[in-house]
Amino acid sequence: MKIIVCVKQVPDTSGKVAVNPDGTLNRASMQTITNPDDMNAVEAALKLKDATGCKVMVVTMGPPPAAGMLRELMAMGADEAVLVSAREFGGSDTYATSQILAAAISTIGVEDDDIVMCGRQAIDGDTAQVGPQIAEKLHLPQVTYAADIQKDGDTITVKRMLEDGYMTIKVKTPCLITCIKELNNPRYMSIGGIYATYNKPLETFDYEKLKDHPLIDATTIGLKGSPTNIFKSFTPPQKGAGMMLEGADKATCEKLADILAKKHII
Amino acid sequence: MSNFNSADIAAFKDVWVFCEQREGKLMPTDFELISKGRDLADELGVNLCGLLLGGEGIESAAKELGGYGADKVLVCESPLLAVYNTDAYAKVICDVIEDLKPEAFLIGATNIGRDLAPRCAARLHTGLCADCTHLDIDVANYIQFLRESSTLDVDSQKWDMEDRNLKMTRPAFGGHLMATIICPRFRPCMATVRPGVMKKNAFDQAKADACEIVKPAFELSESDLNTEVVEVVKAAKKLVDLIGADYIVSVGRGISKDVEGGIKLAEELADVLGGVVGGSRATIDSGWLSADHQVGQTGKTVHPKVYIALGISGAIQHKAGMQDSECIIAVNKNDTAPIFEIADYGICGDLFKVTPLLIEAIKAAKAAK
Repeated sequence: MKIIVCVKQVPDTSGKVAVNPDGTLNRASMQTITNPDDMNAVEAALKLKDATGCKVMVVTMGPPPAAGMLRELMAMGADEAVLVSAREFGGSDTYATSQILAAAISTIGVEDDDIVMCGRQAIDGDTAQVGPQIAEKLHLPQVTYAADIQKDGDTITVKRMLEDGYMTIKVKTPCLITCIKELNNPRYMSIGGIYATYNKPLETFDYEKLKDHPLIDATTIGLKGSPTNIFKSFTPPQKGAGMMLEGADKATCEKLADILAKKHII
Repeated sequence: MSNFNSADIAAFKDVWVFCEQREGKLMPTDFELISKGRDLADELGVNLCGLLLGGEGIESAAKELGGYGADKVLVCESPLLAVYNTDAYAKVICDVIEDLKPEAFLIGATNIGRDLAPRCAARLHTGLCADCTHLDIDVANYIQFLRESSTLDVDSQKWDMEDRNLKMTRPAFGGHLMATIICPRFRPCMATVRPGVMKKNAFDQAKADACEIVKPAFELSESDLNTEVVEVVKAAKKLVDLIGADYIVSVGRGISKDVEGGIKLAEELADVLGGVVGGSRATIDSGWLSADHQVGQTGKTVHPKVYIALGISGAIQHKAGMQDSECIIAVNKNDTAPIFEIADYGICGDLFKVTPLLIEAIKAAKAAK
């Protein structure tokens, strides 16, 4: 049994975000972190490893520096890592990304007792699309928004959150689960883990390695293979200086409610 | 691999909206999306169809969708569709789409819509844009939107006024950037739409009566389902999920003269907005609220759509936890309180007097929508 966790290195959007004059993001000004929901997926996998002794592999698609993130995740306790990285993969939208990651995961091999885990969504795009799309490409059942995961033999019971409650869902391995913050608190790297991480295997899957996989095709990967394109990108108008409303009576409150309604804020 | 049915763009027409139901009841997003879908269908000169999946008898809920603008509702009934299940819903929807070929397909970006839409888009080999906050077909309308909502110089750009692609606009990078996405080569063009953003049309009984109900053929059996929903549980008590909340009403030291009353007002205001109650460090240290309510450096960092600060002065440690909120509203007796420096809207007054008025005003504004 093994657990394959898909992770992404993202700019930390919770800090200051600088935008270039042309409306693109000044990535150089931003720190990179492991996507927060992905950390919950890694922790969920490590908890299952603690309980069952299974293997945990972390997989990411990204530029070569993303290897540093994979080393950190192995210092937390993951056993092996795969970096999927090639110029041909650049510019992929969620469809093309899931196509490539699915090819990488099926190259690693999904056995009957394996689980694939992802974070619910990445904070740079907030799409929550890649997990379900990988599941579709690998013909795996999916359970998203997991807030609790219990394993009993080949049956996994997941508490799947809804806006107004939750569903309890049973699914058999192999399957794909996307994880949310409520699931756990990710552990820190251990000193021993940091020592061990550089002796753990980190393999790079480049275009050569994946090009003969049936999912990989010039029409389905990279910028050209992506069904969606960016038509325009722009910055919203700068936040104006705050507005002190006059008075503190009924009319003031009605005026505020009216502004909020007009701006679709309420 | 390069021959997908989805690439035969000319074969696709009509705008469809996935109409989500829970326990047999339509969701508010259904009416919002049908209303927006009506505009898009009119711009394209095509029909607007709702797509409603559910258990036996769900047909009875369908006509209401006509009252908001649907010409037709496609109803798929089966005991296997009564409760949402990814495999069952994805199979029926993809089969019906491949058969009837809509050119645009909108889905509410609920926890269910965001599970379903990517699975379908991957199977149909088409593009999907997540969590859209604005949709256009007509280029002139889109240009007008950019004039109002962007810093782009639209007049210096070249525009193809005949462009009929669905232009799907969404925030990225935590709202620091906006992107407009198109899906030019495949159909249907799919979008999930953020709940609460699109304006609902007024209900029209005559249109509801005229709405056509169609029951497309589909096949579905137990063996198509790989997951089992054991139970569906509604949250009995509001859990304090500050991080995920769209609306937060926080209280500070300003409630000290009547702690219970102040918290009750905050709860009422939060209920009206569909949000939760938070608190400054002072309220937690004093034991007025439990620690899971705390916003700030030592509490939680939040960025809701609306953050309302009642009687919070705005110490740096509090601001650190909430200054990235999309809209900040502050009520404070002291007009020099630092919270006003970062508030989008400020009211200088007694929170015990202002909050009840605000609750009434917001209730009225929401009812008028």
